[in-house]
Amino acid sequence: MTAAELIAVAAFAGGVFAQAFPAFGVERRGAPVQAFVRFDNQKVRLRSQVYEPDYIIVQDSSLIRDVNVFQGLKQGGIVIVNTEKAISYPIPPGVKVITIDATSIALKHLGLPITNTTLMGAFAAASREIGLQALEGAIRQRFSGELADKNVAAAREAYEHVKGVS
Amino acid sequence: MMEFMEGSHAVAHAVKYCRPQVIAAYPITPQTHIVEALADMVANCHLDAEYITVESEFSALSACLGASAAGSRVYSATTSQGLALMFEVCFNCAGMRIPVVMSIVNRALGAPLSIWNDQQDSISLRDSGWLQFYAEDNQEATDLHYLAYKVAEDRNILLPAFVCFDGFILSHTYEPVDMLNQDQVDSFLPPYSPVQRLDSEDPMSFGLFASPDYYTEFRYQIDKALKDATKKISLAGKEFGEMFGRDYSEMVEAYRMDDADCALVAMGSICGTVKDAIDEMRKDGKKVGLLKLRTFRPFPEKEVRKALLGVSRVAVLDKNISLGAKGAVALEVKDALYGSMIPVFDYIIALGGRDVRKKDIRSVVDLAEKGKGDLFYGLRQEVLE
Repeated sequence: MTAAELIAVAAFAGGVFAQAFPAFGVERRGAPVQAFVRFDNQKVRLRSQVYEPDYIIVQDSSLIRDVNVFQGLKQGGIVIVNTEKAISYPIPPGVKVITIDATSIALKHLGLPITNTTLMGAFAAASREIGLQALEGAIRQRFSGELADKNVAAAREAYEHVKGVS
Repeated sequence: MMEFMEGSHAVAHAVKYCRPQVIAAYPITPQTHIVEALADMVANCHLDAEYITVESEFSALSACLGASAAGSRVYSATTSQGLALMFEVCFNCAGMRIPVVMSIVNRALGAPLSIWNDQQDSISLRDSGWLQFYAEDNQEATDLHYLAYKVAEDRNILLPAFVCFDGFILSHTYEPVDMLNQDQVDSFLPPYSPVQRLDSEDPMSFGLFASPDYYTEFRYQIDKALKDATKKISLAGKEFGEMFGRDYSEMVEAYRMDDADCALVAMGSICGTVKDAIDEMRKDGKKVGLLKLRTFRPFPEKEVRKALLGVSRVAVLDKNISLGAKGAVALEVKDALYGSMIPVFDYIIALGGRDVRKKDIRSVVDLAEKGKGDLFYGLRQEVLE
């Protein structure tokens, strides 16, 4: 949910209407969860979950075995997967998959395998929907001091990495 | 100023700007973020209020009742089973004419246990004498708190008020909200000035025994005050609109109703999805509109009748069921249209957190056109077998 929130904050800062919400479940750390983001030039009124996304971010690639994470993805859609390995499962046609070892980047900068800000950087570079400046602003709004700096560094590294490969 | 916030935090800030003097609440999902935020504000001296921690919702509302009777502006928030536990105190608040304002973060009632959203909780307190407002989005969720205090504390009303907004769907959603500031809220909402209060210098009693010679008259006066609130809501909503640009003088909102053939009627966050679905249906040439109810108690009977006379059929989306009868909104709409011969179809929908998509709204309109209604929408037959 933090990643969804940060992406929406950054999109809002970039001048569009945004909405972010979790797939409401029994919230406990480590359980598989989903969160959704919409942004639009007009006020977002729709309240249903997102069934046909333009982008999918997979924070834990081990979930791909259990969940069809590609379900509903639009043609030309982009999937960002946090994994240190190459993708070994079938990718639907017309879908672009970007892999990034976000866990290692997060460990390097934060000392913790928390990948929200790293994947946000990857998303910004892959989608070009949000700029680096708005992204940094969103991170600094959520975190302060040294923690903010570390998260910005993680997001930047992911941003540059994806920019280099996409 | 436009801020990007979680619904619960937006509401907590709106409540802070209302300057409650006493807050008593018991945490329960999905209301928790609101009372956590308010507890933080009090602990950090950002809000000058007494925050009373209690062992149950029954005590939370009882503490609010006592504090309000002593002359304070009070606030609480709850949902679902928590509201159910307050049942007795809810009736006492209305009967003693105690203007508590309470956020209801709508959630289904058990059993079976569900933490997810529908509107069964507040609807089940329909007959308790509280004002009931329903928010479509987090903008309304904040604004309706200012309005609720203004109307509830009016000397000619003095009744408690629920501000209802959908659990998770609004409370846990981040979206832009135009937050008023303290000065703006102060200029709209003056401090609470009680007509009567508990005072050791001038002792009096609240909620005493009423014999059969008096009880009916008490009930009449509560009902009259609640009905009179219609006018007060309209005036306060107009004033709010003049000051801040968002007009709430109507207790209903008509969306693309001018030439509508089929009118949907709904309350709360589902209205946003309905509006998007209507825009799509309009592109396909279907004349569909929405009548959104922002107030359920007092029920805006005249506004509903006026808005719906002229349509060919009405489809009501009820996120509740009066078991053994129909959805509570449909019952009211039928009453408002009595004698008109306009068919009113009821659809029980979105119970216990079941997601509603635009295609579901289209299906409801199709069903209404075929004359099929008064049913649970989207029943999963394989589960029933």
